[in-house]
Amino acid sequence: MASAHVFDRLSAFLDDELDPVASGEVSQHLESCPDCSAALARQRELSENLRRDLEYHRAPDLLRARVMRDLRAAGRRGAVRSRPAAQAWRWLGAAAAVIAVGGGTWIVATLPRERPEAATAREAVSGHIRSLMANHLTDVASTDQHTVKPWFSGRLDFSPPVTDFAAANYPLVGGRLDYLQGRPVAALVYMHRMHVINVFVWPMSDAHEGIAPALTQRGFHVIHGTRAGMAYWVVSDLNAEELAAFAQLITAPSGKP
Amino acid sequence: MTHEESRETTGPEPHLSPRERERFDECVLPYLDAAYNLARYLLRDGDQAEEAVQEAFLRAIRHFGGFRGADGRAWILSIVRNTCFTQLRRRRSGGAMVEFDEEAHSLEAELSAPEADLARAIASESVHEGLGRLGAEFREALVLRELEGLSYKEIAHVMGVPIGTVMSRLARARKQLLLALGAGAKESV
Repeated sequence: MASAHVFDRLSAFLDDELDPVASGEVSQHLESCPDCSAALARQRELSENLRRDLEYHRAPDLLRARVMRDLRAAGRRGAVRSRPAAQAWRWLGAAAAVIAVGGGTWIVATLPRERPEAATAREAVSGHIRSLMANHLTDVASTDQHTVKPWFSGRLDFSPPVTDFAAANYPLVGGRLDYLQGRPVAALVYMHRMHVINVFVWPMSDAHEGIAPALTQRGFHVIHGTRAGMAYWVVSDLNAEELAAFAQLITAPSGKP
Repeated sequence: MTHEESRETTGPEPHLSPRERERFDECVLPYLDAAYNLARYLLRDGDQAEEAVQEAFLRAIRHFGGFRGADGRAWILSIVRNTCFTQLRRRRSGGAMVEFDEEAHSLEAELSAPEADLARAIASESVHEGLGRLGAEFREALVLRELEGLSYKEIAHVMGVPIGTVMSRLARARKQLLLALGAGAKESV
């Protein structure tokens, strides 16, 4: 294959966005072409520099406050608009009850079809969103696993494994209590670049060990794994590949403190 | 974006039902940081980025009833980038609206100096400064890929272009940036 042809595909090759055939062609060409290999190395280095050096600009508090104000105003206008209809609703109450019964039947009929993981994933995503929105990411903010782990004892009836993965660019930033699956769970918070990762952990005895394929819910990636009697639910807006790599770390035997 | 859309902030007041508000809080609001980050890199000015993001969120609230998709991030980011590009076009044309021409709106058109001179001039600059010299749509592609970690498909959704365009735009963006940083001086563009 001609160098020029490969050259234009190096960027997509780097991002793992080529189809398998094209990707195979590029790999093959790289073996025998030092120029293209060098160009790929430069692009990879550039990509790493951008991820490391570029600042991730978080929304200033004033902007956040303005957006929240606009949202509240939009909600009030909605309420004002629906008020004239309130009386009509009152005498429609009987009809509404019938609809609710019908709705209940439908819900009962459809719920069993949902995979049980999907329901847990939804709860995990809601927990993740709550932690970002309420400004309540951590109860104990520490990058030291020996501070975070003892914090959970006395607050939970199990001791979650806590490991800092700063060396792999996934630093621990703290922990928090959360509530999932009708029980208190440990939430470990990690960062990767500027992306927050929540890891929900609780004891789970009978499941198979290993990692399930990633789910996507509301734009977040969710990965679920089990190791040494603990269930791990990893949630982030980080891309699926890097989150999967992190999930491997978390559930690897070496991740044991 | 049409002239009509660019002025819609003067249209009817937006409203959300409590249920829509809840859905908005879950699907769209978590991406306020991502929205600001993108606007900041596109407009390269904190105040203008704040203004653009607030305008984009008002637009999002107004159109939220029609949003049925699953990917709130791509949805809000596409509104933000359209708002920013409208501002950039206004800025470039001194207030008058001009049509966005994908082909003419390239790095070459944006820069007055030939790229070789540019490469020499900023060879010593940081990645950040180099990025600032690229055309806005190249900066956009790099920020969405490297900082947001979006897939090509997601970037295509945000930009409203085919995946092939994302692929070639990222390839060019990287090539231009390497050239600007002096690391790829031997590569022709």
